[in-house]
Formats: sequence, C-alpha cells, structure tokens
Amino acid sequence: MERRATRILLGLWVALVLAFLFVPILLIALYAFNASNVQSWPIRGLSLQWFPATWANGEVRAALWLSIRAGLIATALAVILGTGAAFAVHRYRFPGRDALSFGVVLPIALPGIITGMALNSFFVFWGMQLSFWTIVIGHATFCIVIVYNNVLARLRRVPRSLTEASMDLGAGPWMTFRRVTFPAISTALIAGALLAFALSFDEVIVTTFTAGAQNTLPLWIFGAIRLGQELPEVNVIVLVVLALTAVPVWLAYRVTMDPDGR
Amino acid sequence: MNKKANMGERQMKTSVTKAVLAAALGAVLAPAGAFAAPAKADYPKEIGKGEGELNIVAWEGYAQDDWIKPFEQQSGCKVNRKYAGSSDEMVALMRSGGGGQYDLVSASGDATLRLIYGGDVQPIDVNLIPDYANFLDNLKSPPHNTVNGLHYGLSYEWGPNVLMWNADKITTPPDSWAAIYNDTHKGQITVPDNAIQIADAALYLMATKPELGIKDPYELTRAQLDAATKLLSDQRPLIKKYWALASDEIELFKNGDAIIGAAWPYQTNALRADNVNVMDTVPKEGATGWADSWMLASKSKHVMCAYQFMKYVSTHEVQAQQEIYFGETPANAKACDAMNALEAGSCSKYHLDAPASYFQQIHFWKTPLPDCGDGRKDCTSYGDWQKAWQKVKG
Amino acid sequence: MIGAGGRSNRLSALFWRQPMLALAGLALPPVLWLVLIYIAALAVLFVAAFWSVDDFTGEIVRTWTVRNFTELAASPTYRTIALRTIGMAALVTLTDAVLAFPVAYYMARVAGRRLRLVLITLVVLPLWSSYLARVYAWRLILAHDGALNWGLRALGLPAAEIGYTNWAMWIVFSYIWLPFMIMPVYAALERIPPSFFEASQDLGARGGRTLRRVVLPLAMPGLIAGSIFTFSLTLGDYITPVLVGGPGSDFIGNVVYSNVGVANNIPFAAAYATVPLVLMGLYLWLARRLGAFEVL
Repeated sequence: MERRATRILLGLWVALVLAFLFVPILLIALYAFNASNVQSWPIRGLSLQWFPATWANGEVRAALWLSIRAGLIATALAVILGTGAAFAVHRYRFPGRDALSFGVVLPIALPGIITGMALNSFFVFWGMQLSFWTIVIGHATFCIVIVYNNVLARLRRVPRSLTEASMDLGAGPWMTFRRVTFPAISTALIAGALLAFALSFDEVIVTTFTAGAQNTLPLWIFGAIRLGQELPEVNVIVLVVLALTAVPVWLAYRVTMDPDGR
Repeated sequence: MNKKANMGERQMKTSVTKAVLAAALGAVLAPAGAFAAPAKADYPKEIGKGEGELNIVAWEGYAQDDWIKPFEQQSGCKVNRKYAGSSDEMVALMRSGGGGQYDLVSASGDATLRLIYGGDVQPIDVNLIPDYANFLDNLKSPPHNTVNGLHYGLSYEWGPNVLMWNADKITTPPDSWAAIYNDTHKGQITVPDNAIQIADAALYLMATKPELGIKDPYELTRAQLDAATKLLSDQRPLIKKYWALASDEIELFKNGDAIIGAAWPYQTNALRADNVNVMDTVPKEGATGWADSWMLASKSKHVMCAYQFMKYVSTHEVQAQQEIYFGETPANAKACDAMNALEAGSCSKYHLDAPASYFQQIHFWKTPLPDCGDGRKDCTSYGDWQKAWQKVKG
Repeated sequence: MIGAGGRSNRLSALFWRQPMLALAGLALPPVLWLVLIYIAALAVLFVAAFWSVDDFTGEIVRTWTVRNFTELAASPTYRTIALRTIGMAALVTLTDAVLAFPVAYYMARVAGRRLRLVLITLVVLPLWSSYLARVYAWRLILAHDGALNWGLRALGLPAAEIGYTNWAMWIVFSYIWLPFMIMPVYAALERIPPSFFEASQDLGARGGRTLRRVVLPLAMPGLIAGSIFTFSLTLGDYITPVLVGGPGSDFIGNVVYSNVGVANNIPFAAAYATVPLVLMGLYLWLARRLGAFEVL
C-alpha cells in the first residue's frame, strides 16, 4: 500500500481536481437564482422567478421532451448494434473483424464537425428531410461505440469456462445466454447505455447538422445563450437535470461495480 | 462462410458502396446550382386554411412567445422555430436537406440576394398582405428583396449598427468611428465577428480616404477591399474580442472587458436595463444597418401558414412588439401609436417618425456581388470578403 | 410459454449449429449501419475536397484538382489556424493526462469501495450538465471583473487578464474534456491486479520505480484511449473558441463551419476538414497498435 504522505498528497490532488470540475457547476446553480438576466460577479440579487418561468416556457419543455425521446431511441439502437458488434468481435474470427472494431470507433473519434457534415450529406443523398429521426440516427451512430466498448470489456472478463460449464451441465445456448452471459454483461449494458444517453443528451455539434426545425435541449440552450435574455433559464434547466440524474447515475454505477471489488 | 460467398459479399458491398458514393456525390453538391436563376412566381389566389404547421428560421428574439402564441391560436399553425446566429447560417439552413426543410426565414439584406439567386426562395404576392400598403416607401420594393419587380421578401424590421460605449469610462461622447480604429481604447474594443464588418471599414474609409473612390461600402474593387482589410488588420491588436453572439458583447461591457464597440441597439437596451451606463450613436460617417425580410422557401410545404404568418407579423401591433423586444424599427409606418403605447416615446427613439434623411445615412446590408450594380463587373464577391475577414481574424 | 421457449430454443440451437448465421445476425446490422450511413458519407466528403468551384458561376467543377490543398498550404492564415488547433488539442490532452492520472490512481488504488463510487459519480456527473452552460460559466470566472480577478484582488494580488485569450481556451478545453480522460485511465488502472504491486515491492522496487515500471505501462492504454477523446473533441470543436476565445482564436472547425454556410465553398471546407480527418486516422491507427482500444 502507498505510504501515508503519498495518500494525503493524492487525496489533496483529487480534491483540487474535483473543485476544478465543480466550481463552474456551482456557479451555474447559483446563477439560476440570479435576479438579473445578465451574469456579473458577484451576484447582486437573488430571485426564484426563473423556475416558474422555465416551466412555463413551451420551447424548453418541447426541447427537453425531444431530447429525452431522441436519447432513449438512439440509446436503444446503440445497445442493439453495439452489443451485436461486441459479441461478434469477441466470439468470432472473421474477415473484417479488425475493420469493424476500427469503424465502430470512428464516429466518436473523428471530430464532431466531420461526423456532422458526413451525416448531413448522407441524409441529403437519400432525400431524407432532416427530422427527429435524422437526429436519432446521428446520435445512435456515435453512441454505438460506447455500448460496444463497455460490453466488450465485460465479455473479456467473463471466463469462457463459465459458458462452457453451463453447456456441459446441459443448458442450451439460449438458456446459457439468459442465465449466464446476460447477467454477466447486464451491468456493463446499463453503464454503457447510461453514458450513451448522456452523450446524446448533451451533443451539440453533430446535432447542428442533423436536426431540422426541431430543437434538442442543447440546441435550445445554444439559442438562449446567443441573445442572453433567457440565460437564467438555461441555468435552471442544467440545475434541474443534474438534480434529477445524480441519484440514478450513482445507483447505476453502484450496480455496475464488481461486487468482489474492494 | 466459404470463400466464394465471401467474395460475393465483398463484391456486392463494393458495388453498393460505389452506388451510394456516386449518388451522394451528386447530392452533396446539389447546391452547385446556386446562382442559377431566381424561382418563378406561383402565387396562391388567396390566403386559405393553414396546413397546421410552419417551420421558420429566425434571428433570436424574432419569434417570441408573446406574439407567436396568439398566432398559433388564431391560425392553428404550430410554429417550429430554428434560430440562426448569422446570415451564413441562415443560408445554410434554408438549403439544408435540399431545401424545403423550412418555410420562412427572417433574412437580412446580406443573405437575401444569395437566397434569391440560389433559387431558395420564391416570389410572394404582396397584395395578399393588407399592411403592405402601410410600409415605409423605401422598404416596399428595396433592391435587397425585390428583383425584376418580383417581391422575394416582405420587409420586416430594420435598424442601424451603432457605436456603443460605456459612458462611465468614456466621458466625452465619441462622434466618429475613428474611436474604434485608433488606439485610445486599445484592448477594450469589440466589433462583430462577421465578414460584413468589412463594409463598416469601407464606410469609414469612404469618409476619411476619398481618394480610394469608394461609392458604396458593399461594392468594393479588389484595391478598395484590400484597403478595408488593411484598416481592419491594423485594428486587430486593439480588439478585446470579436463578438459572435449578442450576449458576448453584453457581457464584455457588463464585466468590464470592453468599453466601446460596434453594436446593435439591442445590446444598448439590454445593458441599460441592467443598469450599465451605455450610450449609442450613429456617428458622423453614417452607419451600416440591417433590413430584414421574411422570405418564403421555394419548396415550402406550408405556404398558407406562411402567408398567414407574414400577414400577422406585418400588423402594427406585432411590429411594435418586435420593435420593443429587439430595439429596432418596424417597416410598418403605422406602428407608431402601438409603439408608444408599449413604451412611451419609443416611436421617435427608434426613428420611425424621422425624416428620410435619417434613413439615408444608413447603408443597409446587402450581399457583395462581382457585379457592382453600375455596369462594372470587377467588384469583389462575398466569398472574397469571407476569405479577407478570415485573414483579418487570423 | 412453452411454445415460445421451444421456438427460441430451436432458434438458438440453429445459431449454435450455424455459427456463420449467428455471426451474420450479430455483425451485419452494425456493419451495414456504419458502412452505409457513415463510411460512405465520409468518402464523399473526402472526394469533394478534390473538386473546385468556378469563381464566377459559383458552380462546382468536378475535375480532380489539388487547388484547395495548395491554397490552404500557401496561406499563412490557414496554416496558423491549423497549427493553433492541433497545438491546443495536444496541450489540452497533455494537461488532462497530468490532471487525470493521480485522480484515476486514487480511485483505483487508494479509495475504498464507497468512496470510489462517490468519486466515479462525481467525475461523470458534469457530463450531465450542459457542455454549453459550463463553457459559458467560465466567462464569468475569467472576465475582467470576474470571479477569478475578484478573488485575486481580495488577496492583494494583481489581476489576471486571461479572459478571451488562448489561455482561457486552454483552461476551458482542459476542463470540459477532463472526465473523458479520467474514466479510461481509471478503467485501465482498476484492471491491474493488486498482486502486481506487491510483487514489484517484494522485488525491492520503491514507490517511484513501481510507478514507472509497472503502473505507467499498464495505464498507457487508458491514457491513450483518453487522449483519443480529448484530442479529437478539441480538434473538432468550434463553439468553445467562439464563446471564450479572443481575437485570433479561430479553430479549423470555425473555418469549416463558416465555409459550409456558403454553398460554393463545400470543397474548400472538405479540404480543410481532411486535416483533422487524416490526423485522427493516423492517431487511431497508432493507438490501435498500442492496444488502447480495449479500454476506450
């Protein structure tokens, strides 16, 4: 184990990095209560007016709802495609296996503006009107890799002997999958899906190229930031989303952690 | 999978890829037809029942619930709003998906001709808009939205790009754009991040360097463009930030980063509302300005809703609401009473009742084209301006 | 119930007997999705970069030319912007690696189960608060009369004029992408069996030596995986420069974005976009060889 001094130093470093991560978020939380809609330091007046104002804002509600739906569907697609790819790469040797594992990473590893332009040209080619569904397709494309990586990493940890034992004990392949493989990867699926949803929920650059008249929440936020009139409402939204997601995120990671971990 | 099947699959994959590639190549380049010809007129006989939906591209602040909600209720047209941050973005949005994605756009004069000659918008029948008759004469058929007698746009609101300063920090009111080109306020100046800013420099040169022979800040020869670019390059070390969003400038002034700059009256209003002592003026050299028009997409699927919308936003009540929200001036000359009712004295504050001479000192944005408009063909295009502006910004 | 079970059993047995069928069922959907939607479109983009635009008609000339590339190479402006973008991406990646490693190490090796869970949640949580709002919040911190200078003045220190400069971009980019570095490094470190450390120590290696010889090499895939994110995300961003950059802060993304806005500049935009495209391609190829894909 590390020496005591090392541990204290490390702990200090972690505290500083966490402070770095959360100072802007604390500011966002504080300025959700800003009396003025222009941000200046220090805050000069507090007000609760932006909470009802945000709730009453139809555009915000529409954008939030659209983001949730798009995120859910894109995540579902990513789970199906990513899990398939992960199983294929893990279980089989086939031509193009390397290319698949490479290709799946591309949409997220290439800069967003390239992914956005490319997807846009694809939709134009098929004569697809940019719509809710083009947003979903775009998001699913870059979310595949998240699920893929999580599932693949888990599959690599599940000893092959486990499935073999199950088969030896007379369980069919379906039974083996349901009783052995799936439970083993289920938490990885949760973690992957959660992260995929988070990415989709906050994506701006690709969405700019794949959205039509629809505004996802980040697109609405970008709009609100431009003129600055509705800035406190942006802060309210961020604060509320954070408050609503903190516990589920914590729970999800709790079930994901190896029970045998320290 | 045996080898043969594998080969077959690969072959198929290649040919599919090829087909996709070939077709997609054509599709990406669909806007290649830009500057082909304006779309032909195909007017509806009357404004009929709405299609239930309307997709618009607008400047932020141009589609507030205050006046959109009543419209939705009375027309049954649900308005989907997409906000754009620049004229370039508006053009891109109107062309996205091959066009037809959006029905209406609140285009400024530096985008209108691009949209007209790109075939992206169609002529509209102004006779179907009752309030058209009340428009300011200069805005009934302005060259930026009317070509060969066809109205491709319906004028909406207009305003000058003003010189704004913090009156607590600068006590002698400046009366010339020189204040942002000399180094008195070095490091505390902000100007818009927009290629059309070159016209502001050209306007200043028009007054200060007559030997360049600039007649119109939007029709610049290569030498004139170079001179404007040089002025802007020399200005760059003085700049704190090129503002891209209106809120950029508001915060720059609010948080003490900038004390003088080129602005819209919107920023002046927002800052004054927040107790920042800013003032603005149209300096003696004159000012550039914007005149926005609602334009109807040539592939619009909701033409009736679009006409209902244009009819609605041309009324003096809505024009006044828009004016108060954004700090600009309506095209509808009858809006004065409604303006004053919303904010006493706002009609003269925004110069709707000003004499024509006020209008004359504002040089409204228009798209720079190689055709200078006076027979000469050696002017620089918007593409040239964009590259020059990129060079200035670095 | 039995019928359904029987059918799925028959189906699974079929897949078991016909592994190729199962493989096709698993791999084909993602392959088709990626190839048809994404790879093809990328290829289009790349090809368009070799076309040009007729200056007078604005029409695209579909003959092969490298004019866009020579124009880009000849212009000091575009060279500066490309170098600024790449340099910033590299700097941000380095900064995040330095910031993230001790945190990941602490999470994987020092923290107990409960604390580890809290830390993971805290590191991931910022991803749930809007990226735009967080970037925007930094303006309030770094502005002339912002929170940072307010604090400095209170301490009697001179004000730091870093608002709207490349320093501001460096801080904000490092901030925004930090979680993307911490998580893969943590994943890599967490995988090291405790016995490795003990073995190293048993063999007489001191803390520093264990770190250099055992931990760093094993953490390397995680660092590289994280760097793919931080590097690429910085490389492709165009909003942060607009929000917190000063004059002379444009990125490749800004140029590409503004050129897409004017239809006849698509080949030029595509040509410039090949810079990050090729760069990331090389980077990924290298990362793959170093085994970073396993902890992404």
